[in-house]
Amino acid sequence: MGLMEKIFALLEHGPGEHWGVHPDDRKRPAADAPVRILPLPERLHVPLQQHIGAAARPIVLVGQKVLKGQLLAEAQGVTSANIHASTSGTITAIGEITAPHPSGLPCAAITITADGEDRWIETEPAVDPFSLAPKDIAARIAAAGVVGLGGATFPSALKLGLGLRAKIHTLILNGGECEPYLSCDDRLMRDFAAEIVDGVRIMLHATGAQKAQIGIEDNKPEAIAAMTTAARKYAEITVCPVPARYPMGSEKHLFSALTGQEVPADGRTTDLGALVHNVGTAWAVHEALRNNRPLVERIVTVNGSAIAFPGNIRVPVGALVEDVLAYASLKEEPARLVMGGPMMGSLLPHTRVPVVKGSSGILALTAAEAAAYDPGPCIRCSSCVRACPVGLLPLEMSARIATSDLNGAVDLGLKDCIACGCCSFVCPSHIPLVHYFNHAKGELAAQGRTQLRNEAAKRLAVARAERIERDTREKAEAAARRKAERMAQKAAEAAAAAAAGNTTASEVTT
Amino acid sequence: MIAAILSLTLLGIALGFGLGFAAKKFAVEVDANVAEIEALMPGTNCGQCGFPGCSGAAAALASGTASPTVCPPGGKALIQALAAKLGVSVDLSGVADEGPKIAAVQEEICIGCCRCLKDCPTDAIVGAAKQIHAVMREACTGCEACVDRCPTGAITMDPVPMTLQHWVWPKPLSEGAKAWA
Repeated sequence: MGLMEKIFALLEHGPGEHWGVHPDDRKRPAADAPVRILPLPERLHVPLQQHIGAAARPIVLVGQKVLKGQLLAEAQGVTSANIHASTSGTITAIGEITAPHPSGLPCAAITITADGEDRWIETEPAVDPFSLAPKDIAARIAAAGVVGLGGATFPSALKLGLGLRAKIHTLILNGGECEPYLSCDDRLMRDFAAEIVDGVRIMLHATGAQKAQIGIEDNKPEAIAAMTTAARKYAEITVCPVPARYPMGSEKHLFSALTGQEVPADGRTTDLGALVHNVGTAWAVHEALRNNRPLVERIVTVNGSAIAFPGNIRVPVGALVEDVLAYASLKEEPARLVMGGPMMGSLLPHTRVPVVKGSSGILALTAAEAAAYDPGPCIRCSSCVRACPVGLLPLEMSARIATSDLNGAVDLGLKDCIACGCCSFVCPSHIPLVHYFNHAKGELAAQGRTQLRNEAAKRLAVARAERIERDTREKAEAAARRKAERMAQKAAEAAAAAAAGNTTASEVTT
Repeated sequence: MIAAILSLTLLGIALGFGLGFAAKKFAVEVDANVAEIEALMPGTNCGQCGFPGCSGAAAALASGTASPTVCPPGGKALIQALAAKLGVSVDLSGVADEGPKIAAVQEEICIGCCRCLKDCPTDAIVGAAKQIHAVMREACTGCEACVDRCPTGAITMDPVPMTLQHWVWPKPLSEGAKAWA
C-alpha cells in the first residue's frame, strides 16, 4: 500500500481501526483436546469473595454436612453473590487461604472435606423460564450465584437488571476470548452450543432485548460452526465472526466491532442500547434456570509449555491449582504460574491457591515463554500509542507516573486505561507500562480512600467539639437555673417569714 | 438610687467603647492562607506534628517553617494537597510510609477508667466506667492521643493489616517492586 493510500485509509476509517496487537495465540492443541473432568480432590477451599463487591457471609458451621449445590454463604448487599458447595462432604474449616491475586494475600474461605459421593442437593423441578417475569429470572440467577465468567465476575443478575432498566435492544454475547493460550470459552461453545443458545434466549427474555449477537473471533471456526448450527432455529440470535485481535474480548471493543459505534470514555454499552455478557455466563444461566444448578464448577484451560497434557478441564470451584496441575502433569518446573490469560492474568505466588468462578485458565510457563527482560530507556518509537486500544499515550503517562505525577497521568486519560497490556507487549524497550498504570490506579484509589477517611475524621472532630460545647453550656445553664431556684426559694422563704412577722405584728396590734 | 443607675450606665458605655476600640486596635489578623491550609488539615488537633493543634501546624506551614510532610494522620493524600497549595514539590517516594496505624485496647489489662475516651479527638473509643473499652477501627485516625493517657498501658498502636481491598501494585523499578519480582 502506498503512502497516499494509507493516508486515505486512515481518513476513511479513522485511527480507531488500528488498535490492538496480534500475539501468537498458542490456543492449540489445548483447544482441540476434549474436556476432561478433574478427579474430585480430597478437600475444596471455597473463597467467600469470588466476585466484584462485598464478600458473602457464611451460613454453615464447621462440622456440618453439606450436599453439592447447597448454599454456603449468602450475598451481602446489592453487589455481591451467593457461594455454594461444589461437592458433598463435611465443612472442616472456615478460615483463610491465599487468594488468586498478585498480592498473595489471604482471603476468607470455607473448606469442604469431600465424602466422594458428589451428591447434589434435592431441588424442586425447574419451571419454564419463559413463564417467569424478568425480575424472577434475575432472582433465580442471583440465587444460583452466577457471576460474569469473562473475568470481571460482576454479579450477572445485577447486570441483567441494569439492562432491563436501560431498555437495551441488543444482547451481545462475548465469545471473543482474545487472550492467548485460553480456550475455555471456545471449548464451551463447541461442546455446549445448544445450552449457551438456550441461556441466551433466557437472558433475552430477562432483559427485554429484541436480538442477540454472539461475537466470536475468527480463529475459532469450530465454535462458530457449532454456535451457528445451534442458533439456526432462532431468528433473533445471530452468530457474528469478528477478526482475531487482542483485546477483542473487551466489551467496548467487541461492541464497536459488531455495531460500528464507539462507546464514549465515561459511558457504558448500555448507554448505546446493548448489554455484553460472556458466553460462559449464558451457559451458567441455562444451568441455573433449566436444571436449578448453582455455579459450582467451570471449565479451566490448563496450558503452557511446562504442562505435559494441556487442555480444558472441568474443575469444581475451590479445587487447588496444585490438584489441577497434578492431574494435567507438569513436564518441568514452571518458571511462572499465571491464573487467567498471559496478558491480564494474575501471577500466582504458589500452587496452593483455589480455582474460583472467574478462573479462566491456569498457565504453567517455562523460562523461554516467560522471558523477563530488563527495561531500557524509552526510545519514543510510539509503538505503544499505535497499540493502545483506547487511544492513549502510554509513554507519556508512564513518564509522569515514574516521577509520581499521578494527576498528570490522569489528565492524559489514565482512567480510561483498560489495563489490557498491549503497550507492554509491543514495547521494544520492555518498559513495564501497564504495571505503571496498575500502580497509579491503585495509588489514586488509596489516596481517595485516605481523603474520605480524613473528611470523616474531621466531621467526627467537629461533632465532638460541638458536643463538648453543648455539654458545658447545658451544665452552666443548669447551674444558673439551680442558683435562680435557690434564690427564688430563699426570697419566698424570706417573704413568708416577713408575712408571718407582719401577721403576728398585726395580731399583736389588734 | 438615680446616681447608682447613672454611674453604672456611664461605666457600661465607657467600657463598651473601650472594648470595641481594643477589638479593632489589637485584632489578631488571621492569615487567609493559614485559614485555607487549616481547612485541608484533618482538624482533629491531635498534636502529632508537634504544633499546638491543626491551626498551629497550618501557621507553621504558611510561614515555611514546617514541611508538607508534617501531618502523619493525613497520609500521602494530604502531603500532595499541601504541596500543591504551597506550590512546593515533594518527593513522595522518600516519605517513609510505614503504613497507617490504629489504636487497639488490650482487653486483659484495660481497667475501664474512661480516661482515653475523653482524650480521643474523634470519639473513636467506646466504653463505660469499669467496662472494657474498645476502639472503633473505622473512626480511629491513629493520632496516639490516647496511648499516654492509659494508666495500665493497655493501648497499643497496631499497623492496619493489608487486605486484598487495600493492596496496591508497587511502583515499577522501586525497591518494593524488585522485592516483589
